[in-house]
Amino acid sequence: MNVRKLPRFLIAVVLFYIVVEVLYRTEILNGYLLHIINLSLIYVILATSLNLINGITGQFSLGHMGFAGVGAYVSGSLTTLILKLSVTNPASMLPFLLSIIAGGVVAAFVGFLIGFPSLRLKGDYLAIVTLGFGEIIRTIFNNIDAVGGPRGLLGIPKFSNFTVILVAAFLTVVIIRNLIESSHGRAMLSIRENELAAELVCVNTTRYKVMASTFGAFFAGIAGGLLAHLIQLAHPTQFGFIKSVEVLIMIYAGGVGSLTGSILAAFGLTFLSEGLRLGIRALADATGLPIGGEWRMVVYALLLIFIMLFRNEGLMGMRESRIIKNVEVD
Amino acid sequence: MGSIFSLQQILNGLQLGSIYALIALGYTLVYGIVRLINFAHGDFFMIGAYAAYGSFYMFNALVAGRSGTLAFLVLLAAMIGGASIAYLTNKFAYKPLRYKPKLSSLITAIGVSMFIEYFFSALPAIGPSYRSFPDILVRKEIRLGNAVISNLVIIDLAVAAILMVGLTLLVRKTTLGKAMRAVSQDKDAARLMGIDIEKVISFTFMVGGAFAGAAGLLAGMTYPRIFPYMGILPGLKAFIAAVLGGIGNIPGAMLGAYIMGIAETFASAYNSLIGEGIAFAILILVLLIRPRGLLAEKIADKI
Amino acid sequence: MTPLLKIEHLTHFFGGLRAVYDFNFEIPEGSIYGLIGPNGSGKTTIFNLITGIYDPTEGAINFQGENIKGMKSFRIVHKGIARTFQNLRIFGNLSAIDNIRIARHYTTTSSLFASILRLPSFKSEERAVKREALELLDLMHLSNRAMETAKNLPYGELRRLEIARALATKPKLILLDEPAAGMNPKEVDDLMRLISRIRDEFKVTVFLIEHHMQVIMGICEWIKVIDFGETIAEGLPDKVKNDPRVLEAYLGKRGT
Ligand SMILES: Nc1ncnc2c1ncn2[C@@H]1O[C@H](COP(=O)(O)OP(=O)(O)O)[C@@H](O)[C@H]1O
Ligand SMILES: [Mg+2]
Repeated sequence: MNVRKLPRFLIAVVLFYIVVEVLYRTEILNGYLLHIINLSLIYVILATSLNLINGITGQFSLGHMGFAGVGAYVSGSLTTLILKLSVTNPASMLPFLLSIIAGGVVAAFVGFLIGFPSLRLKGDYLAIVTLGFGEIIRTIFNNIDAVGGPRGLLGIPKFSNFTVILVAAFLTVVIIRNLIESSHGRAMLSIRENELAAELVCVNTTRYKVMASTFGAFFAGIAGGLLAHLIQLAHPTQFGFIKSVEVLIMIYAGGVGSLTGSILAAFGLTFLSEGLRLGIRALADATGLPIGGEWRMVVYALLLIFIMLFRNEGLMGMRESRIIKNVEVD
Repeated sequence: MGSIFSLQQILNGLQLGSIYALIALGYTLVYGIVRLINFAHGDFFMIGAYAAYGSFYMFNALVAGRSGTLAFLVLLAAMIGGASIAYLTNKFAYKPLRYKPKLSSLITAIGVSMFIEYFFSALPAIGPSYRSFPDILVRKEIRLGNAVISNLVIIDLAVAAILMVGLTLLVRKTTLGKAMRAVSQDKDAARLMGIDIEKVISFTFMVGGAFAGAAGLLAGMTYPRIFPYMGILPGLKAFIAAVLGGIGNIPGAMLGAYIMGIAETFASAYNSLIGEGIAFAILILVLLIRPRGLLAEKIADKI
Repeated sequence: MTPLLKIEHLTHFFGGLRAVYDFNFEIPEGSIYGLIGPNGSGKTTIFNLITGIYDPTEGAINFQGENIKGMKSFRIVHKGIARTFQNLRIFGNLSAIDNIRIARHYTTTSSLFASILRLPSFKSEERAVKREALELLDLMHLSNRAMETAKNLPYGELRRLEIARALATKPKLILLDEPAAGMNPKEVDDLMRLISRIRDEFKVTVFLIEHHMQVIMGICEWIKVIDFGETIAEGLPDKVKNDPRVLEAYLGKRGT
């Protein structure tokens, strides 16, 4: 058997699944840690899909969580308000999964629409427009009473579990990777590298920018849906600008253009974030000083500044681990 | 209340527009000179409001009773507060990245903005919650038909007008102002002419910061509560106003800001959802229809 | 026989600056034609107009009898015009071979679906693309650089990589903007041989801008000279070389 041709990434993910399941069943891993792992995996989806837009295609989106919000509210409304699914009924799993996909599709449509204004804009302008779109989406949720308005959509059934989330994260990474390693993905890369030259080797830059935005939004929508069904809530503040920046920090910490980097950073920063939350609370309790949870975001902000000033290429630069890459066709 | 388009609403719109204008000028000045959207600019506005708040309690006892003097000192404090934070931000976060890709500076700017906001709300002395802003001047009102004109309207409009005239004179008449224009047009040529570019950039940041600080004071007085995140939305809206007017263009920023202030006031009176979203809708429309803004000249990228 | 490219009364203004004025040119299939002129005389602008980067203020551009004026750049490339850039525009963070593979983009037919599932049809197409890319690299003496990140290649090799990338779009006409710039004499020699070979083996018509008189005189069959956007001379290399107006434009009073 040719070791070089084994599906390395699939094997790695299956191993990860087995290890986590065994640790959880043997109660070495408690429910809290499993929750953090689930969150990390959702951030893997968010970070790799944002990387497709910002890192691979070289655009700049600051509204990624807006797409996640669309996914969360659409799927949440479907399962909670319309279909009124219950977790105890095993037949609910399929409609749940379809609802998640529906959320992704609607998000993709919004991403498709947002792809158009971005055609004429670059860099900072693009950042502001995507930020604006994200804020508009958030404002809309905030004002629709049917989905709870500013209170958010409550009582979403807890359908998301480790297996579902891991499979979704795995598929996301595989699809984005296979896309990158095809003629379509190379067209996207060429836009990042030099848009004019891309156009002059016959890349329809318009089409591929919109495509990147659409794909990125689709996966973000999926992630949003999974998140809503994990924490049983969809709330406007979860999908605002600061949350989008958190995902942005992940891709810059991991290395723009590197899926490996995004995956590592999604785990690293989700755990760091929880660690800080607990650490700060412990410190406040121990010392009796008024140390607020805001310090967590102070650390995040400093991390972002630090990366930009001193380590622009992030953890991985544009490199990809061999575990992630496909075997080159020859 | 009557119609949406009442005199009262126009006054409210102009008042809001004055505050946006002072913030928008900073965006435009900085963008004109370093081509950076200074995301932290809205936070300079917040710092100005807090500097005003703190200095009010400091000076209140000192100049008891003379509210004119007090107001002037507080304005000065707000402007110094805004200028100082702008100076520090430029020096430590933006200057090291001056000749790196523009996106790095933009992302750093987002980081700086987050840092200022969360650092302030994390500080026990300030905290994340709202504070009500003291009445620095005694409120007076006169009635004009259906409209109520408070002295605050006049103060907001007057302070903004004086500062804007001052800025115009600064840019047109002083050596430093001419250096600013030279740097914004052609950095290399400016350097050859012996202009210390970094000094000019630093000065520009400070002017922008001082204006944002003044706006912070006016906002505190007008909508009397302040909090560490108060800069985010006005910052964004003022930025959009600058884009609407043509970013990099000083009269454009003022025009855009007043249009924005009035549009937002009217829209909010009509429907709160539209009021919240109108700024972004304007942004998207401008970028689709006239991306260089109302008053900007066309610049082509050379290939 | 109709010419491959026919340009009539091409004029372009940048604001008030007249960059190109009443430029007329016909390039027959299979030829190597040259365009020369002092710096800033409008040569690159003419290439930019042909490839649709700018819309001409006036004039007509016909390629194979079809009007291509006003088309989007990638469509023009699709019609069969490829180019290189005076200031290199390489995909710097990608490997040399990926630079070429990207240029094979429009001829690949694998759907998104087939690509994501990596169906056999996709894989066989990828194999073909890779083989062709390697052949092109080989032609440009770059085969040992295939996997190297492009931005790490020396200047002369980048120039050749850009030519290979342009060829990968399977053009009928290739526009080379100062291909010998920054090359040493030996590289220039090689380049001249390569250009002739490209024309003969790939049946590509060549239209090039150059400052190296050696290249111009050595391989061009017809030369057009412009100054301030206007044609000042044209003809066979030997004739143009001794034209007093050309000498004046190059050496003249303007003291470049
Ligand atoms: N995008 C542009 N905007 C304004 N002027 C331009 C632009 N591109 C070229 N020019 C001007 O047009 C003239 C011709 O330039 P170019 O075609 O690059 O000359 P050449 O390639 O012959 O050196 C020059 O004066 C140049 O400054
Ligand atoms: Mg040129």
